[in-house]
Amino acid sequence: MNMNEDAVWEKVKLARHPKRPTAKSIIKSLFPDFMELHGDRLYGDDSAFITGIATFQNGPITIIAQEKGTTTEEKIKHNFGMGHPEGYRKALRIMKQAEKFNRPIFCIVDTPGAYPGIGAEERGQAQAIAFNLREIIRLRTPIIIVVLSEGGSGGALAIGVGDSVAMFENSIYSILSPEGFASILYKDATKAKEAAAIMKITPEDLKELSVIDTIIPEDEGLHINPKAGFEALKNYLINEINRLKIIDVNELVDLRFEKFRKMGQFEQL
Amino acid sequence: MSEFLDDRQAKLNSFRKNILKKDTTTTPINIPEGIFVQCEACLKVIYQRTLDDNDGVCPHCGYHTKINALKRLSMMLDKESFEELDPLLISVNPLKMPDYDAKREKAIQESGLNEAFVGGIGSIDGIKTAIGVLDASFMMGSMGSVVGEKVTRLIEKASIMHLPLVIFSASGGARMQEGILSLMQMIKTSAALAKFHEQGGFYLSVLTNPTTGGVAASFASLGDINIAERSSLIGFAGPRVIKQTIKQDLPEGFQTAEFQLSHGQVDMILERKKMRQTIARLLRWHASRETDI
Ligand SMILES: [Zn+2]
Repeated sequence: MNMNEDAVWEKVKLARHPKRPTAKSIIKSLFPDFMELHGDRLYGDDSAFITGIATFQNGPITIIAQEKGTTTEEKIKHNFGMGHPEGYRKALRIMKQAEKFNRPIFCIVDTPGAYPGIGAEERGQAQAIAFNLREIIRLRTPIIIVVLSEGGSGGALAIGVGDSVAMFENSIYSILSPEGFASILYKDATKAKEAAAIMKITPEDLKELSVIDTIIPEDEGLHINPKAGFEALKNYLINEINRLKIIDVNELVDLRFEKFRKMGQFEQL
Repeated sequence: MSEFLDDRQAKLNSFRKNILKKDTTTTPINIPEGIFVQCEACLKVIYQRTLDDNDGVCPHCGYHTKINALKRLSMMLDKESFEELDPLLISVNPLKMPDYDAKREKAIQESGLNEAFVGGIGSIDGIKTAIGVLDASFMMGSMGSVVGEKVTRLIEKASIMHLPLVIFSASGGARMQEGILSLMQMIKTSAALAKFHEQGGFYLSVLTNPTTGGVAASFASLGDINIAERSSLIGFAGPRVIKQTIKQDLPEGFQTAEFQLSHGQVDMILERKKMRQTIARLLRWHASRETDI
């Protein structure tokens, strides 16, 4: 699908809308008995990630969420959803726990990217992300992903490996922010709008590329009224859990490998 | 090694004729820029020939300059033992980025490679090995669909043939020009390593200058043994981005090989001169029954 520059930029603006709900709202709405579990058992507890267990459709489910925060105070507390190595390691620990106890995993991706800082580098940001990619691909339990507003770069990818990947209608998923992309490739960050249009970051474009499977409709938009979108997400989650839980786990993992094996475009001479 | 290079040249010439519709048979690979070069680290002037004879290591201060993929292979492999895999896999332009085709074409001409990664089967001190090298001179060694696919195929080949795997990384990260598809190569390559790992394959990752971004955050960090080459910058985020974000100066020695060693991210730092013999020793210790020693 080819959207024009204005339509894509409108999506970027909606994805970043100050009234757009964060992961906490989804958890509150879909998982009222959610219990948070903390820490990576190695270094600390990264508050850019909220992880834990809840009841969903009469059974336990593991939730892994990136939380951006809504108020200024919360944004700072959650580091704008930008994870440190201990966050990625906490996510993996909780996901492995879900595998052990045969719980499905639901990941809410919402991050501008992994945090670029001194501590993050000292504690092995690259290794933490890489290790998640290698381990999550072979977890023997269903994994369902939704990109809430923004899936940025390796920081999103580290909890973005799953059997079923969805995006909300007004979200974006990209290798880099349009501003970053413009400043690197056009040497001009103000060309973000132009960059966004070419980058293929909308759910429609990404579905066409088979990077995602499903687009969750938002009706009037999550920033105006999240009810419809959250209801659609709930239905999607129910359907996917029911679909995935009857697949033999060996086949489930094989299908997951195949899904990502196919990604990329090239020419063989 | 000359046979390999001749063969490489012949393949590339036909490749260029087909793709670029240009005859470049007269263009030799690797023309030195000048007779003298200046060391980036100590700023002393070095005779290019002296630097080449010293494996690209500054004779004054020991700084390891970047070397290209073919030179790396010839330093590592037994003579005429290399058989390249997927030499004719080439990139497309999925985002229709202006300039991308031209940039790639220029990189092909200058490097003599079809892409930023060369992989194949060769012997290191008699040990048959699946070996791959990223070339930082080819669009900063960035990983797009082709690099991701070639790395993945090399890992799969190592799995099928029960060979040990050695990859030399040198990359600025995922290739921006291919957008999200480049990002997905991080999953693809790591997934291939998951299978290789489950099968008991031995993977030795060598992180050379520079190894950052999406390559650092995928296959380059996943070795059973991770080796950093001396003088390498290694990290996830680039120093400029970090500096802009935290608005303070970075500590001295930040993201150097020594920094990664002291923070537990690599098993050892090696001088280029010791690379071949050390890797051969490690390969011997991890040789499987199937491997012909
Ligand atoms: Zn020097």
